[in-house]
Amino acid sequence: MANLKDLKNRISSVKSTRKITKAMQMVAAAKLRRAQEAAEASRPYAERFNAVMSGLAASVGGSDSAPKLLSGTGSDQVQLLIVMTSERGLCGGFNTNIVKKARAFAQEKLAAGKTVKILTVGKKGRDQLKRDFADHLVGHVDLTEVKRLGYADAQGIAKDVLTRFDGGEFDVATLFYANFVNVVSQIPQAQQIIPAKFEDAGADDGAATLFDYEPSEEAILADLLPRGVATAIFSGLLENAASEQGARMSAMDNATRNAGDMIESLTIEYNRSRQAVITNELIEIISGAEAL
Amino acid sequence: MADTMQFDLVSPERRLASLQVTSVQIPGADGDMTAMEGHAPTITTLRPGVLSVDGPEGTSDYVVTGGFAEITAKGVSVLAERAVPKGDMTQAHLDEMMEEARTMYSNAKEAFENEPGPVDDAAKLLSDMVAMGDHMGLTAKQ
Repeated sequence: MANLKDLKNRISSVKSTRKITKAMQMVAAAKLRRAQEAAEASRPYAERFNAVMSGLAASVGGSDSAPKLLSGTGSDQVQLLIVMTSERGLCGGFNTNIVKKARAFAQEKLAAGKTVKILTVGKKGRDQLKRDFADHLVGHVDLTEVKRLGYADAQGIAKDVLTRFDGGEFDVATLFYANFVNVVSQIPQAQQIIPAKFEDAGADDGAATLFDYEPSEEAILADLLPRGVATAIFSGLLENAASEQGARMSAMDNATRNAGDMIESLTIEYNRSRQAVITNELIEIISGAEAL
Repeated sequence: MADTMQFDLVSPERRLASLQVTSVQIPGADGDMTAMEGHAPTITTLRPGVLSVDGPEGTSDYVVTGGFAEITAKGVSVLAERAVPKGDMTQAHLDEMMEEARTMYSNAKEAFENEPGPVDDAAKLLSDMVAMGDHMGLTAKQ
């Protein structure tokens, strides 16, 4: 039977672990609220933007003069994967799920004879992808120092991506991030951002109205497409931030509950062995007295 | 009031304004334009400048850079990459924006030596910034 003192130490160590996980859960809950607000605040912009862009894309898309960001380079040989993950761990399967999705995508493209390049945002994804795709990693964006995600961060990443595109480094770019559904479910997403794809906003008023364009449709499109990349990356980053906190919150909730269970069973074991020691002592005293 | 329309100003980070207005003066890429109720549907890109909104509750001004404005039958939505209420605009803000425009200009000059297009665009952006600063009584550092 385990030593009484050992058990006692064990219990107190699990207790302090529980305190830490509980605190982390509460911090994650507070951060989640903020992240969710930020994600919601960015939605009107992204929605309006996409509505206008899909209208524009539909009217200009067919022509030969359409910008490359919209029509593509005419090939899909070189694939760029932008994998966005978190900077910190202890958030359950959050990073693993995104990486799994990206890995499957990369393997499929490799099997089809394409060239795969990977740009990572966030340390955790990089660490995981380094094992299988070390040769394919072309860059990394570090957001460790960023306290509060701003549009400028997304612009920085977008600029990097666009410079590579202009340099002819890749043909198709796909963004990987987790979509925040609720605290317990975050769904990894793959979204193609170059060449741009716009979901049809349906029979919205945008499609029906004939707009005057100032300057020209082409000029507006050329101006807006790079911004569209930044917008897509920004909303991806925000969704990811909310997902990360949600995943961490539920992971820490589980950990707290497990620690509680463990403390319970350890306490029972502790009491049992304490009782056994007392019983033993009594037997010794009684048998000693009887022997006299 | 019958002659008002819906006006929305959104930046990627948040929604700055959503209200009923009588007219909106937009710093369009091809020149300022004022949109009132019943304006023809138009989409225009923005140059850095001051967006001024007239409504039943008075006038409010915003400094906007980059983005576009969409005028529809229902109202005006302005999507600006950066939008700051004019009152909050400080010299520091302007300096930061000037700095960005200047880097862009020098980058464009390097990258497109033989193509005047992008360099001219960047130069225009820079001069727009200066003009905007003058307009607001702030001096753009050269």
